[in-house]
Amino acid sequence: MTSLFKVENLSLQFGGLKAVDDVTFDVQKGEVFTIIGPNGAGKTSIFNLISRLYNPTAGRLFFDGQDITQLPAHKIAQLGIARTFQNIELFENASLLSNLLVGRHCHSRTQLWQEMLFLPNVKRAEREHRMQVEEVIEFLDLQAYRDKLIAGLPYGVRKVTEVARALCSKPKLILLDEPSSGLNVEETDDMSFWIRDIKNDLGITVLMVEHDMSLVRRVSDRVLALNYGRVLALGTADEVQRHPDVVAAYLGT
Amino acid sequence: MRFVFKTNYDQDIRLFQHAGQMWTYLALFAVLLVAPAVVSSYMLSQLVFVFIYALVGVSLMILVGFTGQASLGHAAFLAIGAYTAAFMQAHGYTFATYFLLAGVLTGIVGLLVGFPALRLHGIYLLIATISFSFIIEELLARWESVTNGNEGMRVKTLELFGMEIGRNSDYFYYLCLGVLTVTIIVTLNIMRSPTGRAFIAVRDSETAARSMGVDIAATKVRAFGLSAAITGFAGALFAHKMTFLSPEMFTLQLSIEFIMVIIIGGSLGLHGAILGAIFIIMIDPLLTLLKDDVPLLIGSLAQAFGAGSERVKALEDGTQALTSTAGLKGVIYGLIIMLFILFEPFGLYGRWLKIKLFFQMFPLYKKSTFKRQKVYVKSERNR
Repeated sequence: MTSLFKVENLSLQFGGLKAVDDVTFDVQKGEVFTIIGPNGAGKTSIFNLISRLYNPTAGRLFFDGQDITQLPAHKIAQLGIARTFQNIELFENASLLSNLLVGRHCHSRTQLWQEMLFLPNVKRAEREHRMQVEEVIEFLDLQAYRDKLIAGLPYGVRKVTEVARALCSKPKLILLDEPSSGLNVEETDDMSFWIRDIKNDLGITVLMVEHDMSLVRRVSDRVLALNYGRVLALGTADEVQRHPDVVAAYLGT
Repeated sequence: MRFVFKTNYDQDIRLFQHAGQMWTYLALFAVLLVAPAVVSSYMLSQLVFVFIYALVGVSLMILVGFTGQASLGHAAFLAIGAYTAAFMQAHGYTFATYFLLAGVLTGIVGLLVGFPALRLHGIYLLIATISFSFIIEELLARWESVTNGNEGMRVKTLELFGMEIGRNSDYFYYLCLGVLTVTIIVTLNIMRSPTGRAFIAVRDSETAARSMGVDIAATKVRAFGLSAAITGFAGALFAHKMTFLSPEMFTLQLSIEFIMVIIIGGSLGLHGAILGAIFIIMIDPLLTLLKDDVPLLIGSLAQAFGAGSERVKALEDGTQALTSTAGLKGVIYGLIIMLFILFEPFGLYGRWLKIKLFFQMFPLYKKSTFKRQKVYVKSERNR
């Protein structure tokens, strides 16, 4: 097992509020690593730090041995980190297909002037993107919605579309921000199978934030518990769930 | 009902989805080709204006409709294109040179405007572009060595391949038609490539776009540059159509008229830009027609209902006075734009789609097909 992604002494401060406070952890290649914690514990903040939407106050991020703390947000996808959002951030007024094609954006190499004339190389690239997208559509069973506008799709499908768009970029590490929030029991089951398939079949490392403990227990290899931006416990799902600090954080003392 | 059966990925990549579509557009193009032989010279002139407005409409569609960046500065871009063309023509350059340069130069100015626009959203961006347009207007009036100031600038007759092409000639019509066709095809090509999808991504969610690897700054600046360049080309044609340029032609009023093109046409696609341009230009002759005929119509109606000749005369004079009130056009414009925003936010093109669907689905059409969906929690979105 080698470490794919490492967070070192990461801190994020909004004025006097410490959203993330000296967090250190590393994600092994090929595992499902879950971050849990009560509301406002700083889970999504960590995600936003990783995808460089926020600038950390202190600390460093390493991906594949490379320091990514100073990279601009749009360079992150090229490295092989894709993410989903807790409050769905799809492109509402575009079809599902073009949403997924945007997921391929970090692989497009064509120049604007070539696109203006739609030269053969652009057409070839488009076909290639489409093939990749179709594989993901097949994988996540989205065939029926291919040409539908996102604005008209049900919540469950949108949630899956978010995962699909992230997978389209062929990442090495995928960040899933509450993949099961708002899903019913059946859809949550599907999601847990997909997360396992992502790990086992596609060989993508998963870093996820999740509240649903049954899902967490089913899929995660390791779990990190946070509260008030600080690390409470790190270990297997059962260990973390029984940890006295974690119990105290959720239930009070 | 037509059902497009897809068997090949290329069907989604091609310009035309099916053969019927291609033939429709080819037929339309053929009609436009023979139009000069059929329509009156006044109508031909109006059609040229439709083409020029449609060019600006397409450019605004890229910036406002697809990329979601507001702009009320397009009259200024048009002015830059027009003055560049006029100035260079006066200094003896050929049409091909100054036409290209008008587009390129305006595009560069567009890029420069794009940079400060990176940090601005919505109404603030709108105000920034208005200020830009004021700056250009003032510049045109003051920079007399180039623009001849408020006295205005004459534009000589267009010369192409050693042939003089008058502003009302058939050739000028074909030139405008050609430029518009090429622009539309180029725009469609961009929209089916990564850059076009990046525009749409920036419009719908900047956060998600960034996480997918879209360089927001580069995309917005590109949209501004591209949009300005197209308007610059339109400006060069506009200069030749008007044959005279002065700063007061390129006011905020004109920018608003351009924005109306895409509001009325509908921001769903390029069709909207064309339909909007047709509407904006053709409403003028329509209003003139109404002005001439409405008083007589009301008079004869009154007569039919048995009004006395004096009463009829009074009615006719009354309506005559009303229809020739100064500023009536502005009122009607305002009214139309309000009605469109209230009842048909997707404009003429949106309405056309609904009508088309009604006939395709007949008798199964549901009104709720186009009901706007509630959008889920957006409060926690990070910009």
